Amino acid sequence: METQYAYLLNIICYLPLAGAVMLLFINKENVKAIKTLATTVAAIDFIVSLPLWFLYKPEGAEFQFVTKVDWIPSIGVQYFFGVDGFSVLLILLTTLLGLISIYSSFTAITNREKEYYVFLLLLQVGMLGVFCSLDFVLFYVFWEVMLVPMYFLIGVWGGPQKLYAAIKFFLYTLVGSVLMLVGILALYFYNSTGLEAIGLHGLGNAATFAVPSLYAIAPQIPASLQFWIFLAFFVGFAIKVPMFPFHTWLPDAHVQAPTAGSVILAGVLLKMGTYGFIRFSLPLLPDATVKAAGWIGVMAIIAIIYGALVAMAQKDMKKLVAYSSVSHMGFVMLGMFALNQAGLRGSILQMLNHGVSTGALFLLVGIVYERRHNRMIAEYGGIAKIMPVYATFFLIITLSSIGLPTLNGFVGEFFILIGAFAHKWWWALFAASGIVLGAAYMLWMYQRVFFGELNNPKNKELKDLNLREQWTIIPLIIMAFWIGLYPKPFFRIMEPTVNRLIHRIEVAVPDFQPEQQIAVSSAAQHEEEPGHAEAEAEE
Amino acid sequence: MKFYHYLWLIPLFPLIGAAINGLIVNRRGMGKNLAHTIALIGSGLAWLWGWAAVLQWYLTEDHTKSYVVKAFTWMSGGMMPLFGGGHAPLEISASYQIDPISAVMVSFVTFVGFLIHLYSVGYMHSEDDRAYSRYFSYLNLFMFAMLTLILGANLPVLFVGWEGVGLCSYLLIGFYFEKDWCATAGKKAFIVNRIGDFGFLLAIFFTFEYFGTLDFVKLSEIMSAHHAAAQWGGAATLIGLLLLVGAMGKSAQIPLYVWLPDAMAGPTPVSALIHAATMVTAGVYMVVRTNFFYHLGPQAMLGVAIVGGFTAFYAATIGLVQNDIKKVLAYSTVSQLGYMFLGAGVGAFAAGLFHVVTHAFFKACLFLGSGSVIHACSGNQDMRTMGGLRKYMPKTYWTFLAATLAIAGIPPFAGFVSKDAILGKAFEAGFTDLNGFGTAYFVLWALGLAGAALTAFYMFRLVFMTFHGEFRGTEEEKHHLHESPWTMTLPLQVLAILSIFGGIVIGFPGQLFHKEGWSFIDGFLAPMMVGVHEHGEHAISFGLEWGLVVLSVLVACGGIFVAWSMYKKDPSFSVPKSLAERFPRAYQLLLNKYWVDEIYDVLFVQACIKLADLLWEFDARVVDGVVNGTRHLTVGTSFVSGIFDLRVVDGIVNLVATINYRASGAFRRLQVGFTQGYAMVMVFGAALLLAVFFISF
Amino acid sequence: MISATHYLILSLILLSLGLIGVMMRRNFITVLMSLELIFNAVNLNLIAFSYQLGDLSGQILAIFVITVAAAEAAIGLGLIIALTRLRNTVNLDEVHEMEG
Repeated sequence: METQYAYLLNIICYLPLAGAVMLLFINKENVKAIKTLATTVAAIDFIVSLPLWFLYKPEGAEFQFVTKVDWIPSIGVQYFFGVDGFSVLLILLTTLLGLISIYSSFTAITNREKEYYVFLLLLQVGMLGVFCSLDFVLFYVFWEVMLVPMYFLIGVWGGPQKLYAAIKFFLYTLVGSVLMLVGILALYFYNSTGLEAIGLHGLGNAATFAVPSLYAIAPQIPASLQFWIFLAFFVGFAIKVPMFPFHTWLPDAHVQAPTAGSVILAGVLLKMGTYGFIRFSLPLLPDATVKAAGWIGVMAIIAIIYGALVAMAQKDMKKLVAYSSVSHMGFVMLGMFALNQAGLRGSILQMLNHGVSTGALFLLVGIVYERRHNRMIAEYGGIAKIMPVYATFFLIITLSSIGLPTLNGFVGEFFILIGAFAHKWWWALFAASGIVLGAAYMLWMYQRVFFGELNNPKNKELKDLNLREQWTIIPLIIMAFWIGLYPKPFFRIMEPTVNRLIHRIEVAVPDFQPEQQIAVSSAAQHEEEPGHAEAEAEE
Repeated sequence: MKFYHYLWLIPLFPLIGAAINGLIVNRRGMGKNLAHTIALIGSGLAWLWGWAAVLQWYLTEDHTKSYVVKAFTWMSGGMMPLFGGGHAPLEISASYQIDPISAVMVSFVTFVGFLIHLYSVGYMHSEDDRAYSRYFSYLNLFMFAMLTLILGANLPVLFVGWEGVGLCSYLLIGFYFEKDWCATAGKKAFIVNRIGDFGFLLAIFFTFEYFGTLDFVKLSEIMSAHHAAAQWGGAATLIGLLLLVGAMGKSAQIPLYVWLPDAMAGPTPVSALIHAATMVTAGVYMVVRTNFFYHLGPQAMLGVAIVGGFTAFYAATIGLVQNDIKKVLAYSTVSQLGYMFLGAGVGAFAAGLFHVVTHAFFKACLFLGSGSVIHACSGNQDMRTMGGLRKYMPKTYWTFLAATLAIAGIPPFAGFVSKDAILGKAFEAGFTDLNGFGTAYFVLWALGLAGAALTAFYMFRLVFMTFHGEFRGTEEEKHHLHESPWTMTLPLQVLAILSIFGGIVIGFPGQLFHKEGWSFIDGFLAPMMVGVHEHGEHAISFGLEWGLVVLSVLVACGGIFVAWSMYKKDPSFSVPKSLAERFPRAYQLLLNKYWVDEIYDVLFVQACIKLADLLWEFDARVVDGVVNGTRHLTVGTSFVSGIFDLRVVDGIVNLVATINYRASGAFRRLQVGFTQGYAMVMVFGAALLLAVFFISF
Repeated sequence: MISATHYLILSLILLSLGLIGVMMRRNFITVLMSLELIFNAVNLNLIAFSYQLGDLSGQILAIFVITVAAAEAAIGLGLIIALTRLRNTVNLDEVHEMEG
């Protein structure tokens, strides 16, 4: 474990907290100062997080920038911060989207600005804390911390049905997190003293909630216990992802939340679920993971197709994007449970892609909503004529979302599909149909909003994007092209995480890849793999 | 300097042009001259660099091999398990390659592309500044994507170009996006192509999982190994068929052809460049590029031939009765693409690619000519209100006629040479019972031949209706008729010359004169075709070869004659009218394109939307209903438990309280409130305790 | 020779006087002074035993008690002042707010 530059993580995580506290001392009438301060804090936080990209050494220790201090020694709770390549990427995504969401709210939010920015900054503390924590209790604390500001963001600054949406969001996630806590405790007791009352015999190790220590005992956990813990984790994370059929909080929360809330919700909060799977479920419960992979793969495929079809039926732009999230997150889950290199890499990359593309889509929808206070597709039509810049941005993001090569979506989806294919070839067969449907619903929406004649007189006066609005989107477009054209640095950073993950599963379950029997019998008889042999010869 | 060391510059030039036009010229509204100058420079440099690279490569390198230039590593996916049980690294690099196939493609694509850029300068001049620069930006972007497609050295890079051209097609079909039907046509093209891409993607996955590589060079090596057929036959068939699905989408073959006729909604130069000369031939290019799969998978090859043969005939029948000048050309394109597939499907990959090239010449010429006509007729596309245009626009007429003769298959025009090569090979495949599918190949040959007759008919019908007779439009329209500016006629003339001589020059039909080696393109492409050079001997006799040629020429002349007698001899078109009245069902069937669009709409589009609505209902009612049900259940339970709480739980609590209250009433009297009283009690109590203590011990 | 018994008898007398004072007197101040008597009786006892047994902790405890008594007196006097202000009296018979 590398403790070099350990302060970096703490600064990144708590800087927004300091900003939120400072905001409290500003007079709430002084809106300009509030906005400036909030944006400055978020910008500094982003800049401070950038060194992670350069200082993280993929070839180095698993967890770097580690801070490890006893917190509640009697039960082995530690204040344990540290990141690997996977969480570095997500932290950078969080700080970027945090900055953009604050910057994008300047004109969208016109009441209780002070509280709004305080909550946004607090939310960022929670999210960053989740990605930094390597102690289960600490993780859980941040996980819950995250909920509260989001609840208020939806409940106070949301749309007409904000209270319903906020409570639904809160209850759903709370149910999930409570079950997750049970799972955490089961792991804890199994590692230490056991819990004789329920017949759980412990290993007798020193009591700890530290994730890396628990990784070490993963192969010893009996299959039956793994199953139950996996199930508890699964519910918690699957709600967050969200996987079909736990997804119905998402459209409501997205539609009712203010734009910045939707951006954060889609961009980062949904990643909490998939982050949880990769950080905890897969390495800690390898046996259950391998056994569940088949089922979860099928659920992911259902989510892909189902989400796409339901998105097609939507009349509300935000709801359409929300359901497209269900579909895209289905891809992430599919790649993850393909349990191979390409699948996992694609899955991690697709998390970033989804944050970038869907975040940008919500921003874009928010921009016209701010002008017209209407999100119905039927209200628009032909606005490409009067908002050419907006139309261009929207088109690029649409294309990135439907996975056009040279944009980010393609790289992620391609790897996920090829990974899924290598796992069980018919997975890719079904999942790839999601690509066709994705093109259909996104382009159909695009056509209905932007093309055709400008019939609605209310749209005649729509203004094109101003400079601030352009600058909220441009960074995301740059990201989309960067990931699409040259994703190598991202793969370099995530590679050790993926390698270790697969290694851990391999140690616990030696032959975890399903044998694929495919039509061509001769392929199996072949003794050496020509591709492999040649690839080696080339090097 | 080696031009071909910098292959990636060929697509890069137009990309830069597109970026400048799209990001700067368009945003600033900087005027048309700048916009088209940049676009012309972009595509012109691609043309010059492309030709220079091809020529230099041909002269200095071994042109039976591929020359690969790797730009950078694009995607690295780590070690992946393969079907065979081994592992292979999934490394995909952005690499370009030049070999005979891409050399042929680059040569004509850059050239035709440049000509059409030039033509567009004249054709689009009436657009406003922003639309104009947007148009040229898209057109340059298309050149980038198309060149990436044909120069890509592995399947994923090919796929990048493949999707890129699809995108540009979408954008350019929907160029007049204020018109809803244009936007719809663009969307349709993209989505139908996506269905094809679905097959393409699966083919990529299968390829990787079987062979552990996606590079064409390595795949070709694996497939030309000694025991490849026995070992990889099944895999090759599977992959070949999946690739065919992709090709069907891009090259508008049955059953995915429906988007191409609609795609005519775009500006005419776009139809010429994208939907006739280059993009739609990408499917054929791909089949030719991956010919090693088809060579090892005869069923897949037969599939290609069947798709091609049937499309060639089927689309031609629809073309017979269309009245929109561009629709006729669109169906003729579908039909001609069918011939290319037929060529590839009978193992004559070189002939298929040859037809791609000649088709690019004459079909681009036809489309540009029709654009010139439409330009003159103020945007009117209906042939029933044209006629007699020969007088007003002679250059357009003569170039159009040359291209029409070429497509009709009249020797020695370009179309004759290539089409006859395909039909000859199809006959040969039937005659030699290729792969044991002899009968099928005979049927397909017959379909092709019938299609050729129909082609000759509908093309001359078009010429007669448009250029001959008297003008049938209004006086005002008549007043407008004029020849197009030089930027439009120059490309027409160049393409017409190529339509006349292009075929003979690059693909001289040597077998007809005992000069087998005279066909440059056959010899040039042969090293790329796995297994083709093994049986170079001609199976059919010299006489039969000539017989076939005479047959197809006769068939073409027959078609022309019927068209002449129906549309030239009798300017009132009484024969076709009476035919339409006598066979109303057949006429309507053809006129409405077999109602395929409507059937697809009901079967797939509406079904999909219905399903979507159904699932949305399901989501709102059932999935969310369960959640809300839980909520109602919780609220209900809490109401019941509230009553229970009030009566029972609270009752018990209150009971305890009451008992205490009563009891305390008794005890409270002890509390007198006088401090000293308490003190006294305390002292006496203590004394009492002491007394007890002493007494007991 | 004065033995421990003498001290104890003195202490007992002081205690009795104190207890009677606390219980019988009406004046709050007198009650407070009586309380002091009780404290001192205890202190006397402590010191006597401490001297007898040669253990200093008794004396230390006595000093501690004196300190506490001082604090107690301060609070007690404070209460008296408060009472005087409120009721204008120091007679304990007139104060029986806590009657049940």
